[in-house]
Amino acid sequence: MSSDSSGNIPFMQRLLDSPFVLLALGMVVPTMLYTVWGVVEILSIPVAP
Amino acid sequence: MANFRTCPDTGFKIDLQADKLIKWNAVTAVVFLLVGGLFGLLVALTRWPAVHLLDAELFYLALTAHGLDVLLVWCIFFEIALLYFTSAILLNARLVWPKLAWIGYWLMLGGAAMTNVAVLQGDSSVMFTSYVPMMAAPHFYLGIILFAVGALLGCAVFFATLHMARKERTYEGSIPLVTFGGMTAAIIAVFTIVTGAVILIPTFVWSLDMGLIPEIDGLIYRVIWWGMGHSSQQINVAAQIACWYAIAAILFNAKPLSEKVSRTAFLMYILFLQLASAHHLLADPGLSAEYKIFNTSYALYLAVLGSMIHGLTVPGAIEAAQRKKGYNNGLFEWLAKAPWGNPVFSGMALSVVLFGFLGGITGVIMGTEQLNLIIHNTMYVPGHFHGTVVVGTTLAFMAISYWLVPTLWQKEMVFPGLAKWQPYLFGLGMGCASIFMMGAGTLGVPRRHWDIAFADSPIGHIFPEAANLMMGLAGVSAVVGSLGAGIYILNMVGTILWGKAKVPAPAAAEPTTAATPSAATSYGGAGTMAVPGTFVLAMVFLTTFVLYYFVNWKYLAGVWHLS
Ligand code: HEM
Ligand SMILES: [Cu+2]
Repeated sequence: MSSDSSGNIPFMQRLLDSPFVLLALGMVVPTMLYTVWGVVEILSIPVAP
Repeated sequence: MANFRTCPDTGFKIDLQADKLIKWNAVTAVVFLLVGGLFGLLVALTRWPAVHLLDAELFYLALTAHGLDVLLVWCIFFEIALLYFTSAILLNARLVWPKLAWIGYWLMLGGAAMTNVAVLQGDSSVMFTSYVPMMAAPHFYLGIILFAVGALLGCAVFFATLHMARKERTYEGSIPLVTFGGMTAAIIAVFTIVTGAVILIPTFVWSLDMGLIPEIDGLIYRVIWWGMGHSSQQINVAAQIACWYAIAAILFNAKPLSEKVSRTAFLMYILFLQLASAHHLLADPGLSAEYKIFNTSYALYLAVLGSMIHGLTVPGAIEAAQRKKGYNNGLFEWLAKAPWGNPVFSGMALSVVLFGFLGGITGVIMGTEQLNLIIHNTMYVPGHFHGTVVVGTTLAFMAISYWLVPTLWQKEMVFPGLAKWQPYLFGLGMGCASIFMMGAGTLGVPRRHWDIAFADSPIGHIFPEAANLMMGLAGVSAVVGSLGAGIYILNMVGTILWGKAKVPAPAAAEPTTAATPSAATSYGGAGTMAVPGTFVLAMVFLTTFVLYYFVNWKYLAGVWHLS
């Protein structure tokens, strides 16, 4: 990806044209906000004595 | 080296491997719709109080098989076919790694068969959610895992094809919107499958009972399982919307009102739609209100916004295209003059409307933490998702197959007269089934329940008469809907087996005479926002939405008898 050829393409368009960046975002965002957050909350429930 | 043929109807350049893979995946999907649909009919006939067909054991077996075969197997096989279609064919490219695609196909088929065998053997009636500590036979989980690995290979082939097409410059500029929708589905699918692996592989090991994993925590299971279970529904939504855009493009050569806006709406799906998995956990202990509300409201509403944008721009695109053709009288001439007798169009139109009104609105209601309490685990839930995944996704897939099957096989539809009525029969039958299930749920009827009369249980409960009536009406509607599904399957299988070969148009050698639906294969918007009819329809939708939302808060207030 040479920066001179993509220089005047807007950021959003470049983002939407990059399947693998979108794939990474689509993995990381729900994994952190949904899965990891949820599991951490459950693991931090104190165990009954 | 890839070989191609040119489609006489559309002028598409079709990779022969992609052609074959699309056909096999689509046909397999339809077969599983038949199997799963029959189980659905049995379930519906059992929940119809006056019929109460199956005994308890068979009921839960049939319910498990129904959920698996339609929700998982039918939808995902069809989606894999769509992924190959939106990548190789719409991008004019060769399908990369066809061998891998075939391995994926056989893994999916073998896995689906294995899980079905486990269910039919009778020891795995754990419903498709397979909540621990209920334990199914090991091959129940193993089958699902193999199926998922196969689907993951399909996604890999899709991304590789996308990448190769770009490198080989088989298309210009950005990918077309329909392909973008397919890509959204594929991204969500990868998240779904990886999350599924995280929970199902340990559960499989646990079911082997060898002491390696002695126990699976029920709460953690539910969090991670729903990361898969809910997200897999979002694959359906993304794929279904890709079908809407594809049909608008194919039938009307309609370009999206603004490609940018529609792509951003898909981006909202990629980022936020999966978070809504938390709406399945709204009644679970151990999770904080912050977690529940952030994931089901603040973040999710961005994704809902995405859906509303698609719901607006699909009819908008059609309106713009129709007005350009001269259907300019009044607000709705463009709609009145649409081809309502063509199942490709009517199926898509019903899918847009029913998905929005039945599936969409109720989904937002159920996903509101407070309102969820009224209907949690009642029949309202299957009512809602038959509004999304049946009259939304399944109907959209049916609609596009009325175009895809005759086009790919180059055959005439065997029962065109029946096909004309099929979307109405299926859409209205299942739409009513969904409404009546929701009605019963509002009256407190539980889902997944064999006998709401509690005939021989020590502690009973008497539901209002209206609840039995609702369940009866749901049963009748389900029979009508099943008839609609049957006609679709008959038409598809019949066309493939006995359909007359299409007579090629005269002088078909001239590819320029073929009407290539360029709106489906290229990037670019309609460049107009002058769609007054669509805006009126959108206002009707929003008004219904707001009214229904407040009605439900009123119900909630009634629960505590405060007034
Ligand atoms: C042939 C038409 C269909 C009929 C008559 C039908 C009927 C039903 C009924 C009566 C239930 C039971 C609700 C309960 O007792 O809790 C049910 C559950 C379900 N249906 Fe359908 N359905 C049909 C098609 C579909 C399709 C096409 C899909 C998915 C694409 C689907 C997905 C589901 C799922 C996921 C469940 C929940 C199973 C569970 O609770 O474990 N159905 N269906
Ligand atoms: Cu969900």
